[in-house]
Amino acid sequence: MIERLKNDLRTIKLAGWLGWAIESNWADPFIFAIYSIIRPIASSLILVFMYMVVSRGNTSTEFFAYIFTGNAFFMYVVNVLFGIAWVIHDDREHYQMIRYVYISPIRMYYYFFGRGIAKMIVTTIAVIVTMSFGIIVLKIPLDLGAIDYPLLLFSLAMGIFIITCLGILLAGITMVTAHHSFLLTEGVAGLFYLACGAIYPIDILPIWLQYLSKTLPLTYWLELIRRAVLGKSLSLTLGEFSDAQLILIMLVTTLILALFSHYVYRSIEHIARKHGKIDQMMNY
Amino acid sequence: MKTSLKTNLRAVLARSYVRFWAANREPSWWVSETIMPLLSTAAYVFVYKALKAPEEYIGFVILGGTMSAYWMNVLWSMAAQFYWEKEMGNLELYMIAPISRMSILFGMASGGFIHASTRAVAVFLMGSLIFKVDFAVISVTKLIIVFVLTLVALYGLGMLFSSVFMLYGREAWHGANLLQEPVYLLSGFYFPVRNLGFAVALVASFIPLTLGLDAMRQLAFRAGSKSGFINVNLELSVLVLLCVIFLVAANYALKYMEYLGKKEGRLTLRWQ
Repeated sequence: MIERLKNDLRTIKLAGWLGWAIESNWADPFIFAIYSIIRPIASSLILVFMYMVVSRGNTSTEFFAYIFTGNAFFMYVVNVLFGIAWVIHDDREHYQMIRYVYISPIRMYYYFFGRGIAKMIVTTIAVIVTMSFGIIVLKIPLDLGAIDYPLLLFSLAMGIFIITCLGILLAGITMVTAHHSFLLTEGVAGLFYLACGAIYPIDILPIWLQYLSKTLPLTYWLELIRRAVLGKSLSLTLGEFSDAQLILIMLVTTLILALFSHYVYRSIEHIARKHGKIDQMMNY
Repeated sequence: MKTSLKTNLRAVLARSYVRFWAANREPSWWVSETIMPLLSTAAYVFVYKALKAPEEYIGFVILGGTMSAYWMNVLWSMAAQFYWEKEMGNLELYMIAPISRMSILFGMASGGFIHASTRAVAVFLMGSLIFKVDFAVISVTKLIIVFVLTLVALYGLGMLFSSVFMLYGREAWHGANLLQEPVYLLSGFYFPVRNLGFAVALVASFIPLTLGLDAMRQLAFRAGSKSGFINVNLELSVLVLLCVIFLVAANYALKYMEYLGKKEGRLTLRWQ
């Protein structure tokens, strides 16, 4: 048991180091830092301008803080999801190493998680920069002293687990699709962006979409993050729940997701092995 | 000896054939290219709904989401495609073939254009129907001309970018990655570009989508001209200019980068 745990930790460590090397060693640290900051800032600025066009420039409102915070933390979903799901294509078609990874004595879940760590680090920096930009430049009403740090850290850890489960699910699907499936990852992130209320309260969604939203653990994760950071909820639907109730719902939906992810990954991996798709190449 | 036009046209056809048919053998493509892109566009629509923005802004978002298909296509399936070709070992085959590099890129563009158009049409039709976008087209002819010129200039820009991949590997790949959201921002995909201020919008006009989108919004929506950046006719003239500049520059850049790549031995260098 301890030996197995040691092996899994070593897999995470080495996969994490590999992911970090692939992610960052193409540039010197300064360029890499700029690269890591520009994209998330630009992404946030799109929302800022959309908001400013309609509100005539007032960004120091609670509603703006609500959408800005949701958008900033949603970067974890986009980046880590992509980071994990892309491992299949990167290792299979780009570096052509996946067959060697597969025959090594490791468990793939830990390898995927490890490869996602680099993206988690980069995203954490991007979230800090984006939130700082929001507080300093856009004057969003956020009191750093009033942040519920234990709830924030717990929510972040749960969020990373949820996103890892989703990433493994997508990695499974990616095994049997061509390399254009990065669009699939983008689309799945888009689905969560739409349904989880990343940039608006879910009350604004049509009723049928609200039902879908309530089945997704990321909806509760984003709500908890906002409560931890902003101290309150602006969603009428989710506002009915206490923090403890939200945590409980998130834990239950996460458990279901984890089981589903495991089942789908295992099933598709079997199909991929059976049809020789583990190391397929597509040159178009 | 100069390659005949016929040979180059055959190269265009051959490259577009691969792009078109290979992807269509993957059924997953239909989901990831039609329904999925609408989702993130819809999220931006709901932002405007939450903000109780004027109705035309929903149309602006749908149009931006539609045109994002072409930007994605140019960025990933054209500019960055030489990176993939190099990594897979196809690039050297293109180099030894008696054809212009531009014909390979035209082939990629025409094959990819069909895909991007499927995505664009799906986002446009579904988005317009679901969110009941109210169009008031002033001039269909001008709208078509703007659309065509925007795409020609955009694909010219993509060819120019692809020359960079002759020489660079991951640096250029990450560069392309970096361009995605900033271009969404600078070109005003989801809000009228003039809100960025005149100076920034002027600089952003070097990206063909900036003026293209602005002109299309002015021509397709009743309130479009009120939020327009500059006059549509002027935008048309600049787009013509951009078409010429990017296509000519791409031709030179491809030759120059190929020469540099050969000289420095980086043309077929993989995993750099």
